[in-house]
Amino acid sequence: MDRDDLLTLYRRMLLIRRFEEKSAEMYALAKIAGFLHLYIGEEAVAVGCLAPLHTDDYVMTAYRDHGHCLARGSDPKQVMAELFGRTTGLCKGKGGSMHLVDAQRHFMGGYAIVGGHLPLAVGLAFAVRYRKGTQVVVCFFGDGALPTGQAHEAFNLAALWKLPVIFVCENNRYGMGTPLERELSLYRDVTDRAKAHGIQAEQVDGMDVLAMRSAMERIVELIRKDPQPYFLEAMTYRFMGHSMADPAHGHYRTSSEVEQARNRDPLTLLKQTILHQALGTEADFAQAEKEVGDRVGSAVTFADESPFPSASSLYEDVDVPS
Amino acid sequence: MLTTYREALNAAMREEMHRDDRVFLIGEEVGYYQGAFKVSKGFVEEFGPQRVLDTPITEAGFTGLAIGAAMAGLRPIVELMTFNFGILALDQIVNNAAKIRYMSGGQISVPLVIRGPGSAAHQLGAQHSQSLEAWFCHVPGLKVIAPATPYDAKGLLKSAIRDDNPVIFIEAQLLYGTKGEVSDEDVTLPIGVGDVKREGMDVTIVSYSKMLLIALQAAEELAQHGIEAEVFDLRTLKPLDVDSLCRSVKKTGRLVIVEEGWRFCGLGAQIAETVYTQAFDSLDAPIVRVTGEDVPMPYSRPLEDLALPDTQKILTAVKQLL
Repeated sequence: MDRDDLLTLYRRMLLIRRFEEKSAEMYALAKIAGFLHLYIGEEAVAVGCLAPLHTDDYVMTAYRDHGHCLARGSDPKQVMAELFGRTTGLCKGKGGSMHLVDAQRHFMGGYAIVGGHLPLAVGLAFAVRYRKGTQVVVCFFGDGALPTGQAHEAFNLAALWKLPVIFVCENNRYGMGTPLERELSLYRDVTDRAKAHGIQAEQVDGMDVLAMRSAMERIVELIRKDPQPYFLEAMTYRFMGHSMADPAHGHYRTSSEVEQARNRDPLTLLKQTILHQALGTEADFAQAEKEVGDRVGSAVTFADESPFPSASSLYEDVDVPS
Repeated sequence: MLTTYREALNAAMREEMHRDDRVFLIGEEVGYYQGAFKVSKGFVEEFGPQRVLDTPITEAGFTGLAIGAAMAGLRPIVELMTFNFGILALDQIVNNAAKIRYMSGGQISVPLVIRGPGSAAHQLGAQHSQSLEAWFCHVPGLKVIAPATPYDAKGLLKSAIRDDNPVIFIEAQLLYGTKGEVSDEDVTLPIGVGDVKREGMDVTIVSYSKMLLIALQAAEELAQHGIEAEVFDLRTLKPLDVDSLCRSVKKTGRLVIVEEGWRFCGLGAQIAETVYTQAFDSLDAPIVRVTGEDVPMPYSRPLEDLALPDTQKILTAVKQLL
């Protein structure tokens, strides 16, 4: 275990955590509007899964996408500006929270139709294979996407054509307000759904960033050499509600369940590991807190000072001009 | 050279696949079956199974896959066996293909052609006989083309494949066997430009696809009654060639719109609104629409005949105006 490596992972998760907390504040101030789905509690999944990737690998996710976007290396200023709807945002204010895109970093989007982006991710993998490349595609989605037809069409095509896509199911046990056992007829082992299509699958502790990264390193190496899909179930939990419209524990979750989950906060777990292994001190964490705090603060300032898109931009980018 | 409409499409795709190896064909039965309507005859033998993909019956999955591949820089041609089945892919077409460029602020484009037959044939029943072009025209971000002749089919399909936007290319089962002069050369026709197929002074009949041929037949019959109809072929439904259409209406003063689809909210309603707002002073009479009847397509032959436009209905409409 390497000190710099672990502290880097910690800082990445901390950036997401503080960014999301700040976004919630900004939403309450009406600087951010519409739907806001926070990634608080799930940071280890994005950070752990994206850590082993190369710059030319592809990433796609659903609408709870701020964490993946930041973990991929996007500039928090541009992300916050997008949430504020400013022209300096990643998508020039055209996308919003659920549709962050950073194409240069091959972060190919957040998508709002549950299960709808899985076929797109399979298509990215198809393009890799068509060009005889060795890149991989990592496609994140929630347990709520598992019953959808489009998810299964995607699994089937990926398995049939041996496409290099890693399906990462962020199983936080709830599809909006519906618990897993009320969503799926066979809910005890969701990896069965991938195995039914002939896709290799495993379950990993999604609160443990090192376990996530380690699993991904192994899977990525495998599928670069031997193209095929893979299914990774990340057992995780969201500490906030489904979106800002939903309290942390609505009618559908008990406060004691949320509290219990918070006892395995991914940041706390990594911090404990670092301290226990004597690879870092409280001073390191205070330093990380300060750096991240500054970055998030700058992001808000940048966003707040940025202009809104002009009226003339309304019709820009509807299509590619001839 | 005299060629059938299907051979013209075959030639267009073949030429473009030779010209650009990012172009590939994907759909049900396009490969070893030689194409459900034999449009891709000889392709898998010529280009190999990597570029001519036979899919399972999974329209949402393979259309989404094609969109993802286009996002990664390939140039897919999706063949829908009919646009009736395309309804299953509407989420992918409307929520993804049409919107990805806009939502991403111009970062990602979707150079994609979705083609197949999109109107009634003979007694295929309600679920196989729909004309849904109005739905696709309604969505910003899509181009919609519906050629009536082999020459136009070849030139426009080549242009559609070279266009960097998602293009809906609507053919017709009953047009595949029709013959016409087709260029052997690398001729592309401009998208968004209509064509006067028959000149006349007394009335403009505007139409597209299969109905265009009915309109031409009607024009011949009208000539026997001393009425010279100008037949204007839209060729591209979106973007509409407003200028050329209005030029024809200015010349004749009268407009009949012939379309196969259902009357209520059909494409003709939009064409009428466009002409009323752009060329109202040129009209000597109200615009008349000849359309399919607002019923699901019945199976029984006499009922199906009643449900579709024919030359008699066009003659009646024209005589109303004069």
